[in-house]
Amino acid sequence: MTDLRKDPFNLIIAGVGGQGNILASQVVAQAALMEDLNATIGETYGVSQRGGSVMSHVRITAGTPVGPLIPQGRADLLVGFEPIETLQVAMDFGNPQIRVILNPRPVYPIGVLSGDLAYPPIDRILDLLQKHVADLKTLPATEIAREAGEIRAMNLVMVGALAATGLLPMKKESYLKAIQDQFRGRTLEINQRAFENGYNAGPST
Amino acid sequence: MDPLEIDEPGRKVLLMGNEAIARGAIEAGLHFCAAYPGSPSSEIMAALSRVAPHFGHYTEWSTNEKVALEGACGAAYTGLRAMATMKQNGVNVAADILTAMALAGNPGGLVLMVCDDPGGISSTNEVDTRNYARLADVPLLEPSTFQEAKDMVRWAFSLSEELELLCMVRSVTRISHARGVVELGTIEKIERTPVMKPEQRYGSLPPCPNHAEVKDKLRRAREIFETSPFNRYAGPEEPELLVVTCGTGWWYSTEAIQMLGVADRVGVLKLGTTWPLPERLLKKHLEKASSVLVIEESDPVLEYNLSALLSKEDLQAVAPSRLLGKVTGTVQGVYGPGVGEMNPNVVADAISRALELEAPSLPESLKSSMQGEIDFEIPKREVAFCPGCPHRASYWVMKNVLRLDGRDGLLIGDIGCYTLGFGRTGYYMSRTMHCMGSAIGFCSGMGKLARFGFSQPTIAVVGDSTFFHACLPGLVNARYNSSSFLCVVLDNSATAMTGFQPHPGTGKTALGEEAPKLSIESLCAGMDIPVQVVDPFDVPAATRLLYRALQKEELQVVVMRHKCAVLHGREEGLPARRVWVDAEKCVGEQCGCNRFCSAAFGCPALIWDEQEGIAAIDEVICSRCGLCTELCPGDAIRITEEEPRP
Repeated sequence: MTDLRKDPFNLIIAGVGGQGNILASQVVAQAALMEDLNATIGETYGVSQRGGSVMSHVRITAGTPVGPLIPQGRADLLVGFEPIETLQVAMDFGNPQIRVILNPRPVYPIGVLSGDLAYPPIDRILDLLQKHVADLKTLPATEIAREAGEIRAMNLVMVGALAATGLLPMKKESYLKAIQDQFRGRTLEINQRAFENGYNAGPST
Repeated sequence: MDPLEIDEPGRKVLLMGNEAIARGAIEAGLHFCAAYPGSPSSEIMAALSRVAPHFGHYTEWSTNEKVALEGACGAAYTGLRAMATMKQNGVNVAADILTAMALAGNPGGLVLMVCDDPGGISSTNEVDTRNYARLADVPLLEPSTFQEAKDMVRWAFSLSEELELLCMVRSVTRISHARGVVELGTIEKIERTPVMKPEQRYGSLPPCPNHAEVKDKLRRAREIFETSPFNRYAGPEEPELLVVTCGTGWWYSTEAIQMLGVADRVGVLKLGTTWPLPERLLKKHLEKASSVLVIEESDPVLEYNLSALLSKEDLQAVAPSRLLGKVTGTVQGVYGPGVGEMNPNVVADAISRALELEAPSLPESLKSSMQGEIDFEIPKREVAFCPGCPHRASYWVMKNVLRLDGRDGLLIGDIGCYTLGFGRTGYYMSRTMHCMGSAIGFCSGMGKLARFGFSQPTIAVVGDSTFFHACLPGLVNARYNSSSFLCVVLDNSATAMTGFQPHPGTGKTALGEEAPKLSIESLCAGMDIPVQVVDPFDVPAATRLLYRALQKEELQVVVMRHKCAVLHGREEGLPARRVWVDAEKCVGEQCGCNRFCSAAFGCPALIWDEQEGIAAIDEVICSRCGLCTELCPGDAIRITEEEPRP
């Protein structure tokens, strides 16, 4: 049995509808299962395919599975696909020990596009996170995905970066096996490449 | 291999709650399943349909939930094992047959699988369908885990056959739309020859003796529930506080007790069989506790039923001195008792209150420390029509038509993706949003108000799947009573909001087989209702046609037909072309268009380049539909046939 640094280990993947949040959480959970760990995923999406917020709670345990929702302030790792989504989830579920990996590319809410609302400066968001969380790493995941051949494979780039942190005990091979089980053909190749590139990208602190 | 097909009892797999439910039905030897899609229930049918060729069961996306439940009843009358699945709103549609058929019973196992949506995460309401179990006099099971979701559904079929009564199973979003580890069981092969013999008759008349018979069946159910392994207790022998809970309440209670560190003071009685309640079991546990706290979502159904039970003579003696829950205000969510979802924090708060803990030691989130430092507003993320969505084009046309018409015309909305017309993305045009088909009924009534001086023209907006689900009786009514309004059918060739399930207009069945397409135009023509079809992407033609139709003083139907952009993308991939902003042509704020593309038209792929001060395209989400190239008043958005950069 693989050792967990904390049990349950609480991971949140936060993003926006269409960013592949749910697939990313499934890859992590499947990788955990391959190493005889238990995983519970709680997904909040509703009508989020239409551009709303999406949040997956992934809870890894060595023993008895736990419920699908992480209590407030109890997340250990936050993988953010979008800055303001990440900020809000960090506020609700984060604590001073939380670690964050962030793709700083914004997805603008329509209220911002219409000019009624303003999107906060990215630097301010990063400063705030930097100050309050234990560790913040950013990764130009969208650009890395573009290089891997599919801009929409950003989610797997982020999973690669997550795997590289070693915060979860699963081996790289288990993630790759989970990806192999999940995808076929060209999509599989692109997602494998996206994962590898994310893994090797060495997110900057 | 599909995890639902794995025939290795004891093997552990990661399943979505809805897949676990489907697997439970498969293990029970399911023959027939019918459903109408709706979050959070849709994936049950999707999973069952996926593996239907392997197991040989029949699945059907029915036209609506009433027909789905009736279809399943039909199969159960012949002795087969049948299930109908739906979301909470669907039970309202099916309630007529549910409350009637229960009186007469059924020989084959019949399960009504309902997925409620506490908090209304993807619904127009958060109705608690457990109330229907008491209303219809049927037994109710509530899984607390993914494993139980599978095991209970499996058991529900044999329970239904034992009682000859429909059995209801209620899941919620946090089980249906979550994933967890499930240990697989054996797959029963139930070979039956469906037949309805001459002596088999199922009528609810006369209701009174039948009603007494069904009450007797419920007494038998109660007896069975007394020893069900789905009801279990964990905690101290004589707890200071007894939490009585069901469904997701069990997860949250367990975690809350652990967070508060009160495991030595609080016991948890988890009930899986919640109607009728197992009286003796409850009595046994109530005897040992003076304070009881009920945790459930969303209505205080268990709480009311428990409270009612305590009025019985033999239970009065063990009635707790304090029965706490939502009625007493002990369980409070963000919006108050009985409103919204439960979570570990809401439950921890309730337990702290019940135990009168002075300062519960829960970890603070970062909110308190960060809030004071946030010197900007976090913009709200509203849901929006997808890039390339034909509904945006249709709403754009309707907005312009109502302006041109100038009589304060009303857009009466309905349920589907186009519900978003209630918000910014549909220019806040929809004036109502309730249940499927109601736009037709509302307009049918409003269309008769001229005699009272009502002069606003009305447009009833419905979708293609909604048209078949619930609009036909309303249109018949309007036609027969000469009501006058314009019905616009936004036909995107899919039940898009719930995940692109086929419907009678698509020419496909749940099993992926070809089926004769039902034509909306022919159905309207059959009712003698004038009907026209237009593509909303041809904005000038659609505007002219809709404007003219609105001027007529009689019932009209206009079908605005264009395939859903997401579905189109899935079927054919993105077109090999690129949509881009011509930086030479776009003059930004100097144009006078008031940021037409991003501010007025409102496609999420049309963004603003703050540095350059001109419009831009977000290539990650652009569907390359090209409609903006036609609408941009500065003629600054271009479309070129080329493979865009990856």
